[in-house]
Amino acid sequence: MTPGVFEYHRPNTVEEALALLGQFGEDGKVLAGGHSLVPMMKLRLAEPAHLIDINAIDGLRGIRDEGDVIVIGAGTTQAEVLTSDLLAKKCPILPEAAAQIADPQVRNCGTIGGNCANGDPGNDDPAIMMALDASYTLQSQDGERQIAAREFYQGIYTTALADNELLTEVRIPTPAEGVGMSYQKIKRKVGDYAIAAAAVTLSMSNGQCTDAAIALTNVGDTALLPLAAADAIKGTSVDASAVDAAAEAAMAASEPVEDLRGTREYRTAMAGQMTRQAIVEALSRAAGS
Amino acid sequence: MSSQKISLTINGESVEAEVEPRTLLIHFLREELNLTGSHIGCETSHCGACTVDLNGKSVKSCTVFAVQANGGELVTIEGLANGTEMHPLQEGFYEAHGLQCGYCTPGMLIRAYRLLQENPDPSDDEIRVGISGNLCRCTGYQNIVEAIRYAADKINQAEGAD
Repeated sequence: MTPGVFEYHRPNTVEEALALLGQFGEDGKVLAGGHSLVPMMKLRLAEPAHLIDINAIDGLRGIRDEGDVIVIGAGTTQAEVLTSDLLAKKCPILPEAAAQIADPQVRNCGTIGGNCANGDPGNDDPAIMMALDASYTLQSQDGERQIAAREFYQGIYTTALADNELLTEVRIPTPAEGVGMSYQKIKRKVGDYAIAAAAVTLSMSNGQCTDAAIALTNVGDTALLPLAAADAIKGTSVDASAVDAAAEAAMAASEPVEDLRGTREYRTAMAGQMTRQAIVEALSRAAGS
Repeated sequence: MSSQKISLTINGESVEAEVEPRTLLIHFLREELNLTGSHIGCETSHCGACTVDLNGKSVKSCTVFAVQANGGELVTIEGLANGTEMHPLQEGFYEAHGLQCGYCTPGMLIRAYRLLQENPDPSDDEIRVGISGNLCRCTGYQNIVEAIRYAADKINQAEGAD
């Protein structure tokens, strides 16, 4: 399998990349880790005339702590996320999820920006970014804008990213100390997308849940943020009946397609089960519970 | 369609070539350079048979373009042995019967080569996670884990003796 013909560009700076994106518009495609795009190109499902490889742009890499926000450069690989001491300490749901994404070789290439920008409902980071209420920095020659992850996803492979824009960084409000978080994913095998997965963050105080967010992977056209599921545990002690209610709400919001990963009924049930497991795990990690 | 000139180091030797941008690294290695040790398995970045070591990292060469390796340093299975002396990993696969059909073996070896540099004394679980991007369809994982364990022990003993 060989991709169609394209012109290859390897900019060294964000500015050069934006100029190329501005020049080529919808004929240009950004190559980050390539492990979603290149297989699509081999199948000729993607045939960009211009491939803009952003791997030489050092400014797109790295994870930094800016106090109230953690900034992850879009070109940061999943392997780097997995081994980040900063994230292990301040936002451990991301390394927890990275360990469940693909395999070592793919994690050496795959980037957090690609995972967030790709728009495949099977990608894991979108649900996590929605649960964390992260935002994305989108740059073009016309300027820069911030968009909430919760507003970014519009449909399968459809996002708010314009043809001339590059997602340059992910900005995560630094989770308060004591927030419990977990990402639970059921998949058929290493490297596969989720049958269903759930991201949960929750805060406890004096045995009561004061805040929570729940998001789901691969059980809809985009990652889902079922508010009713989070509401079901807020203000409770997160006892068994609250967890059940949250799982019911997550299942009610799920609309998975039937595919090799299972029937609609099975995948919906797994969305509920992953929600249960992620709540219980997040609770065990939260202070004040 | 314009070709692009690339230069890189492969198994310690400088290589210069002209490649079409769409040429995948695995095709460049096998068809242009006749380095056929790295295998093509699934071609969809799942099986790991095409694994090579690029700039100190294991990657699946079916999902990297040759132009992306420009300026890079590549190690393939052909670079593992020291002349006629087997690498401890090759010896381990031989001693522990870490292969049956052998198709996955070059990818397993070159992945394990990097794994043991990242983690010189891995547990069996860490070995299993470390090679989780390499599929063996002869169901030989048990012996593959033992082979990597053998190599780790041999390398560590040799270093301890220095």
